[in-house]
Amino acid sequence: MNLTLRIWRQSGPQDKGRMVTYQVDDVSPDMSFLEMLDVLNERLILAGEEPVAFDHDCREGICGMCGLMINGDAHGPQRGTTACQLHMRQFSDGDTIDIEPWRARAFPVIKDLVVNRNAFDKIIAAGGYVTAPTGSAPEAHSVPVAKADADAAFESAACIGCGACVAACPNGSGMLFTAAKVTQLSLLPQGQPERYTRVIGMVDAHDEAGFGGCTNAGECTVVCPKGIPLTTIGRLNRDYLTATSRHADTPGT
Amino acid sequence: MDLFTEGDPIADTRAPDGPIETRWERRRFEAKLVNPANRRKMTVIVVGTGLAGGSAAATLAEQGYRVRSYCYQDSPRRAHSIAAQGGINAAKNYRNDGDSVHRLFYDTVKGGDFRSRESNVHRLAEVSVNIIDQCVAQGVPFAREYGGLLDTRSFGGAQVQRTFYARGQTGQQLLLGAYQALERQIGLGNVEMNARHEMLELIVVDGKARGIVVRDMVTGEITTEFADAVVLASGGYGNVFYLSTNAKGCNVTATWRAHRKGAYFANPCYTQIHPTCIPVSGDHQSKLTLMSESLRNDGRVWVPKAKDDDRDPRDIGEDERDYYLERIYPSFGNLVPRDIASRAAKNVCDEGRGVGPTKLGVYLDFADAIDRLGRKAIEAKYGNLFEMYERITGEDPYEVPMRIYPAVHYTMGGLWVDYDLQSTIPGLFVIGEANFSDHGANRLGASALMQGLADGYFVLPNTVANYLAAGPFEKVDATHPAAVEARRDVEDRIQRLLAIDGDRTVDSFHRELGQIMWEHCGMERSEAGLRKAIDEIRALRDQFWQRVRVPGNGEGLNQSLEKAGRVADFFELAELMCIDALHREESCGGHFRAEHQTPEGEAQRDDDRFAYVAAWEFTATGEPSVLHKEDLNFEYVHPTQRSYK
Repeated sequence: MNLTLRIWRQSGPQDKGRMVTYQVDDVSPDMSFLEMLDVLNERLILAGEEPVAFDHDCREGICGMCGLMINGDAHGPQRGTTACQLHMRQFSDGDTIDIEPWRARAFPVIKDLVVNRNAFDKIIAAGGYVTAPTGSAPEAHSVPVAKADADAAFESAACIGCGACVAACPNGSGMLFTAAKVTQLSLLPQGQPERYTRVIGMVDAHDEAGFGGCTNAGECTVVCPKGIPLTTIGRLNRDYLTATSRHADTPGT
Repeated sequence: MDLFTEGDPIADTRAPDGPIETRWERRRFEAKLVNPANRRKMTVIVVGTGLAGGSAAATLAEQGYRVRSYCYQDSPRRAHSIAAQGGINAAKNYRNDGDSVHRLFYDTVKGGDFRSRESNVHRLAEVSVNIIDQCVAQGVPFAREYGGLLDTRSFGGAQVQRTFYARGQTGQQLLLGAYQALERQIGLGNVEMNARHEMLELIVVDGKARGIVVRDMVTGEITTEFADAVVLASGGYGNVFYLSTNAKGCNVTATWRAHRKGAYFANPCYTQIHPTCIPVSGDHQSKLTLMSESLRNDGRVWVPKAKDDDRDPRDIGEDERDYYLERIYPSFGNLVPRDIASRAAKNVCDEGRGVGPTKLGVYLDFADAIDRLGRKAIEAKYGNLFEMYERITGEDPYEVPMRIYPAVHYTMGGLWVDYDLQSTIPGLFVIGEANFSDHGANRLGASALMQGLADGYFVLPNTVANYLAAGPFEKVDATHPAAVEARRDVEDRIQRLLAIDGDRTVDSFHRELGQIMWEHCGMERSEAGLRKAIDEIRALRDQFWQRVRVPGNGEGLNQSLEKAGRVADFFELAELMCIDALHREESCGGHFRAEHQTPEGEAQRDDDRFAYVAAWEFTATGEPSVLHKEDLNFEYVHPTQRSYK
């Protein structure tokens, strides 16, 4: 396959950036999308040009490090698939492909296609955990968990923190990411004691980090490579409403 | 010139004596403690945020130490532990199927082909049960039965069901548990997190590890960081083979730099080749993808009986198929340990019975399981793995058998540590895959997660206190001569790499190095091959330092520069791996020497000559390393030839 790539090049945070066109020939349909970019970069290096910086690590769709806007779709045209797992057989000979970084206020560009997603870590640090210091745990079987709850918790826990939801959202909202963790922990008995302080802490951190609000556009769940459902945001809203309509420090309310 | 010299044996591993069941308890009792008020005055650097590093950093911070954590990824949540699929072993015996701490201990020592330390392995089996409790308390969504209790499954090398799992994403869920505990401590201000930072040198002051030199991968700034103790949790070195199941960024630099500063490197030749990976599809291949070993619970491995049988697998009749693992190993069948399954796949392919376009593949067939359990049940167990397979290969494994082939997956070797997980440099501790300690010559499935979390949550936080009880140590800062020198070394190296401006890319060298290693230091090794490999590695390393082209400069994000530094270290490691493999004139676990096999083609150990840990001491670049032997004594599990027949 022969392809025309139009790639966002930006030398650093201060640079304005621009789209640059490259031709890549002899692409195998069995290559992954990132392997196709590897081929381009090898060529650029030998030609004395700067290779295109992009984030990637595991290349098996689980670390969440890669993230590219491909023809305007977060992670590209194949649903339920990260950019690293996208293969060139999804494209046709002669295609022109636009490749851009995630664009959101909370994810500033570092270089080319690399963005800073540190804001996600801040949301987790603000409550996305169960306080259980090492050594304090009771015997694992002392608290049974209904299989349906465990399975549903798992579905939300499958989030890889890639940021596609934010990139796809017209508001640049990180609500699907936040809601996935809130939902996982609120479905489990272990998550109950901190359920309402957690949701307030995480939503506050989300807003402070510069993410936009959720207006139920639903783009996030469509591009999510792990299929985190939009209903998680409904659960978050319910918990948030409960949490803010009562005094969190009043026992038993 | 001799390839190595031999030095004094290692006399003391600091393991307590007495009955094996009591050793860990004794060590914890005898270890000195640090008063909570004094912990705040002490800093520990932790490099790496995988299962071992993440859990250690969180736990140390919970205990009250100041922790500084470093990772090369953009977030601690992305460390490669996240990709572990199958599960985590623990001796809970919830199945009432005869499991016990002693059986897990026994299976692990045997699975490691009697090349691990009994004391360490017993401790690992003991704390395995605490790990499950800890992770459940954190909200890790393990698979459960309808009654609400935890589900378990079988894994290779065991006849009990002791593997806990979270669909095919166990590593992800365990890592996120540790990550969330770590983020909590970051939020509380107890951990200073430095993502996108790479450790490039160790700082040793008066014989003690006191700090590291790091490069901020975004700004390019190089700084010296100091602490009372340094913990390396930087993972394994499988990427020396270029193609492996490791993440692209996984590298040996942190441990190799420590090795050059005096930490012994143990058993570097022990490499695990995982039997079930998606075969290579072409020259563009940048990494290999694992298909969880758990698939062997329900999938049956076979090749055609005839050579060069190119028919569609569905047209090949039952009587024309060779279910070779079931045939050769009737009692363990498809669940033999990884080293054995991998070599068996290589043997049938060498016979010309491999399948797929490259003929380097065997079938993993789910047709029987789908008939027996129904497609839905298979989907529930392995759905995500089947989808991943289809995305990569374009084939639907519900319809056509998967094609699999062995690939480099895990490295049992690593920095030598004593019972306290301390290296030969005082104050330098090494945990998780980065150390060598628990798996001997072969790791059993679902034991990497167990070891990473055992080290990080339960072992290191106890043993490091014993060291820190003598602290806080004299303050060191960036002006100390050792720090100035370490920093200058890093800067010089970077300048040297940038100045070469040759005509080959870093990746092209890495790929070629990987081919040499796979060919001669992979699934089967021989004296002639290893000697050839050593010559080739040296020649290629010289070429690298003359011809590599690293574009750009050191100021700012430069991914080519990052790779160049890592590949330079892989070159040095590769040579030591081959020397280690050459000197070990026996076959054991993942180390298979063609000259040493039984008439049936199984690994033949030589316990009289090689029942020891090979710990290598660095001398100088280009000079022979010094071999120190740590004898292995087996009081509880008597070495036998491993049989899974």
